[in-house]
Amino acid sequence: MSDSQALIKVNNLSSAYGERKVLFDIDLEVKQGEILVVMGGSGSGKSTLLRNMLGLMMPSQGEILFNGKDICKVNQAELAKLRQSMGVAFQGGALLSSLSVGDNIKLPLRQHTDLDEKTISIMARLKLELMNLAEYEDLMPSELSGGMLKRAGLARAVIMDPKILFFDEPSAGLDPVTSVELDQLILDLREAMNMTIIVVTHELESAFKIADRIAVLFDGKLVTIGSVEHIKACSDERVVNLINRKPRINPLDADKYLSRLTKGS
Amino acid sequence: MKKISLELIVGLFIVFGTASILYLSVAVSGLSIFEADGYHLKAKFENSSGLKKGAVVEIAGVKIGQVESINLDTDTQESLVWIKVQTNVEIQDDAVASIRTAGIIGDKFIKISTGGGDPLEDGDEIIETEPSISIEELISKYMFSNES
Amino acid sequence: MLAQIERLGATTITRFEDLGRMGIFLSRVFSSIFSRPFGFRDLLKQIAFIGASSMPIILLSGLFTGMVLALQFYAVMVDFGAVELMGAAVSKSLVQELGPVMTALMVIARVGSATCAEIAIMRNEQQFDALTCMAISPYRFIMVPRLLAAIISLPILTSIYNLIGIFGGYLVGVYLKGLSGMAYMQTIENSITWSDLKMTFIKSIIFAVILIWIAMAKGFFVHLEKGVSGAEAVGKVTTKAVVASAITMLFADYIVSSFLI
Repeated sequence: MSDSQALIKVNNLSSAYGERKVLFDIDLEVKQGEILVVMGGSGSGKSTLLRNMLGLMMPSQGEILFNGKDICKVNQAELAKLRQSMGVAFQGGALLSSLSVGDNIKLPLRQHTDLDEKTISIMARLKLELMNLAEYEDLMPSELSGGMLKRAGLARAVIMDPKILFFDEPSAGLDPVTSVELDQLILDLREAMNMTIIVVTHELESAFKIADRIAVLFDGKLVTIGSVEHIKACSDERVVNLINRKPRINPLDADKYLSRLTKGS
Repeated sequence: MKKISLELIVGLFIVFGTASILYLSVAVSGLSIFEADGYHLKAKFENSSGLKKGAVVEIAGVKIGQVESINLDTDTQESLVWIKVQTNVEIQDDAVASIRTAGIIGDKFIKISTGGGDPLEDGDEIIETEPSISIEELISKYMFSNES
Repeated sequence: MLAQIERLGATTITRFEDLGRMGIFLSRVFSSIFSRPFGFRDLLKQIAFIGASSMPIILLSGLFTGMVLALQFYAVMVDFGAVELMGAAVSKSLVQELGPVMTALMVIARVGSATCAEIAIMRNEQQFDALTCMAISPYRFIMVPRLLAAIISLPILTSIYNLIGIFGGYLVGVYLKGLSGMAYMQTIENSITWSDLKMTFIKSIIFAVILIWIAMAKGFFVHLEKGVSGAEAVGKVTTKAVVASAITMLFADYIVSSFLI
């Protein structure tokens, strides 16, 4: 694993919201064409890591190299250029509520390219069909279900054929069938376009199914990173707990709870 | 039914709005873009206190023109007022221009009492004038005459 | 005691931080006005929303304001025998003061609140993050059309408000109180000057910037609201935006008036 292969390199990254530190010394590497899943429970800092990698938040320390360029140090114009080769699918789709689904998906093309309207609509249609959304092109985002919004968000993220795709919580709040469909879609995208994909999730099955490598975060620290087998075989207590879904808080003792209730009254 | 297009709504709004802005500027403020033809006359007043540029010039209560400028004539220490009069209105050389007030607290205007002489032409002067009467002066005069 | 002073200090610092953030926000919006590509269609949409759709409320409130003004002035002026000057009184108070202020208040109630809530919800749904990640500036794409639309719409709405108000005064004065219509219009013509109109336009443009700025900025920073989140935060910032823009607008009104009168 040499440096030249790494598309994204995160070195020694720490991040904080004001006084509250949420990430501590993260080191990561993502290779071209790889699917990396960042896993962790709620509050483990995985969303913060994503926001840092997207340049939506400045780290308090460390660097994030994208093709060798530190996204925290480049100027606005260069950052804009970098961003055109990144696609981001947000948790709820994050479609602009004032535009129709079709217009949302065409937006990056209209803003960043000089393509004529006909080419743009062919490209948009292609992506919509890929996401199985062709018939919803003229609807407004408010008329779509959660799963459709996610898929539309994904369609918009890949409209510019980015080198790298970020996907925040693909299966959160979805029924199992839709969630499996989305996983398949992610694999297909990599297959079809050789995209590098970073997925942030807390869903185990989905992670095990799509990941080449999995990074496990716990309380803002990177616990371990490695292949699915490596994670399954990992003996670290925090990883084992996450995999076995062991609750972090003690189960409620019904008798004790009742007795406390009655004592209180 | 066909939906009314966005462009039409905005277009109507802008047209309607611009029209009302224009109407306000032109009709209400007397800012005459469509300036009527007319000729200029001057008149010298001993006192033109309270008279403003744009004030009305009337004959028999009908507006026939307006005040164009008010300056001090440095030779005579009088107020030199230029007025503009509609072309179709004739003012004779023996007409009297007086500054009056509409009501007790109203605006000052110039009242012209017509005469029977030769008509004045552009640039001529109305010789006979009456200055504006200030209420303060009237009151003080009245009180003064009472005391004596 | 010490704790209270400390709390006062903390509040002061937060207020100044808010103000600074909103100032930077406004300067970013203004500096984005000339960046390409320009969203002409978005501008049209916003003019339709801020301007054209506000017409009914502006027509109605303007008409009634003018009618009430005429009634009030008549009651006072009849004692002085100065009812002839009613046109001047109604139009002067409309053009100089009530027109811009009432129009701005109506627009704050109708547009300011809606804009603030809309932008706050966009923030909550990560739409601004999405725009940023697509290398599309939210300032240029979302804020500039709204700012320009407000700057274009408010003077127009204000003129319409003034005119319809004068017309309302005419209705009451001429048909109800028996004044001469000619006299009503004549005194307006005599009393309203170019500087009154300048005042109306300067005020309405300043109010437009204030109301749309506060609505957008409060919505844009909804995620920084302390102690609340989600729908509750949207409600809270919307209330704050309406109150803050109304008060700022009236304050600015005083400042502008004292400079221009």
